[in-house]
Amino acid sequence: MPTRRRALLVLAALIGLAVFSLLLALVAGSLPVSVADVFCALSGGAGGLAVEVIQGLRLPRALAAFACGGLLALAGALMQVLLKNPLADPYVLGISGGAAVGALAAMLAGLALAFINLLAFAGAFAAMLLVFGLAHGDSSWTRSRLLLTGVIVAAGCGAVVALILSIAPEDGLRGMLFWLMGDLGHAVSPWPALTVLAVGLLVTLPFARELNLLGRGDTLAHALGVAIAPVKRGIYVLASLLTAVAVTTAGSIGFIGLVVPHLVRLAMIRLGWGNDQRLLLPAAALVGGSLLVLADTLARTVIAPQQLPVGVLTALLGVPVFLFLLGRQPNERQ
Amino acid sequence: MNASEPAMNRPLLEAIRLEVGIGGHRICRDLDWRVDAGDSWAILGRNGAGKSTLLATAAGLRPQQGGRLSVAGLELPHASQGVGMRAMARVRGYLSQHQIDPFASTVMETVLVGRHPHLGRWDWESDDDRHIAASALSEVDLDGFAEREVQTLSGGERQRLAVAQLLAQQPQLFLLDEPLTHLDLSHQVAVMDMFARRATAGAAIVAVLHDPGFAARYCRQALLLFGNDEWLAGPTAEVITEKNLTRLYGHPLRELSADGRRWFVPG
Repeated sequence: MPTRRRALLVLAALIGLAVFSLLLALVAGSLPVSVADVFCALSGGAGGLAVEVIQGLRLPRALAAFACGGLLALAGALMQVLLKNPLADPYVLGISGGAAVGALAAMLAGLALAFINLLAFAGAFAAMLLVFGLAHGDSSWTRSRLLLTGVIVAAGCGAVVALILSIAPEDGLRGMLFWLMGDLGHAVSPWPALTVLAVGLLVTLPFARELNLLGRGDTLAHALGVAIAPVKRGIYVLASLLTAVAVTTAGSIGFIGLVVPHLVRLAMIRLGWGNDQRLLLPAAALVGGSLLVLADTLARTVIAPQQLPVGVLTALLGVPVFLFLLGRQPNERQ
Repeated sequence: MNASEPAMNRPLLEAIRLEVGIGGHRICRDLDWRVDAGDSWAILGRNGAGKSTLLATAAGLRPQQGGRLSVAGLELPHASQGVGMRAMARVRGYLSQHQIDPFASTVMETVLVGRHPHLGRWDWESDDDRHIAASALSEVDLDGFAEREVQTLSGGERQRLAVAQLLAQQPQLFLLDEPLTHLDLSHQVAVMDMFARRATAGAAIVAVLHDPGFAARYCRQALLLFGNDEWLAGPTAEVITEKNLTRLYGHPLRELSADGRRWFVPG
């Protein structure tokens, strides 16, 4: 495992990466913007059209992308520890399905954006309570039972989503599909998501060593003094809330929550630092945030003026990366 | 609650009229059992007699059905929950029958996990901790394995790594569920020798074993679980006999003597 000094150095470098990705997102776009405009906009000055585009459009969107990427990567890392499965992701327990049902129902009813977000969050929250309640019913919760309940709830939500899509009017379909694929075009304000990300990190980091132990099995963790049940409940609720906030902000963006923690873990193992959550959790949040900012910048510039839903790009990039990782994993063990 | 410094006269483990069961099946009733510093206990019994269940109960992993159970004067199961758990983990260590490694990790990291109860919330492993971990690896003959990937170890190496992790934890009471699983003969002897030295130095050992010869050789006391509420506890010399073992295993056993040691072979 890394020493504390090394971990801080790595995190400092990753903060650099995050700043770089955000600056790139501010500069890139159909309207050319100079670096001077960027600094003018960031220092709160008033200026021409460029400064207004940065302050009003690009900066909120880039920050929202960063927050969502960070939230999804952190939630994914937590789910992987909770389920003791390096291939778990934030959506595996049905959170995104619940949010999708809420959001699409709101769209079907023709509600305003604020209500779409509200219902998405309500749907995610309902799915979380449903899975937790069912899996935890007699207070003996096992991993397989949690996983099964989550998968079934997700499947049920998928059916409702398909139903809504099939009865929705033609002109509403495009918005629904963009939501389902994940799109930052509708992100209203980045601050709620950023705040939740910061709080999520502050809450988990003090327990990171407990999470390391939990990843090695409940029995071992208990024998070494970890209060298993409350820590697991805490992880589940927190990871669900982080996911719900991300999905509410930008729809169900795929693969960030799965691939980023996996990639960070793989890099750490290559460096001989193992699966240390003290570094992995904040590093995954920073990498996830930066990657989503870059992916979203690509999504709105690659075939400009048309914009792609960012979820399509993360999936297009994520699938080959993931298959590559999956393909070489058995070799690692031999 | 000061669990880290139990008074010397207090038993490390005490069961009074203890009742333990699993899945509706009762394992023992009215068990009175006391483990003091310096003791080395073997738990013997047939498959399913409840050896591991009793040990897991003592480790605070499951509640007892009745009676009282305390570790270093702290009543279970309450002392195995909440804030007292870390203090408890500095007193009582538990070696599980199964080791799982869902995530990749090196041998050194895996040993250092044992230092968890000694570290504060914001502490990182110090050079001292690494030193303790390295000498624990050395004690189980895993020198030079520090950087090896855990998932590449053989079954016996993985088992010795689990023992090293327990040594790094530095508990006073060692609860060992089949510590010799997967070990070759020379490492079985070495590991039991090492635990016997720990007991001589003032720790207490409770080990679930399958070989009565090893129990007679390395343990001063034995607890036999007959699987039908019946139990028998006492000094090894009195409890581990041909007659008791034949009844315990439901199979005739013969006692052989060599070099002043007793061995038991199936008749």
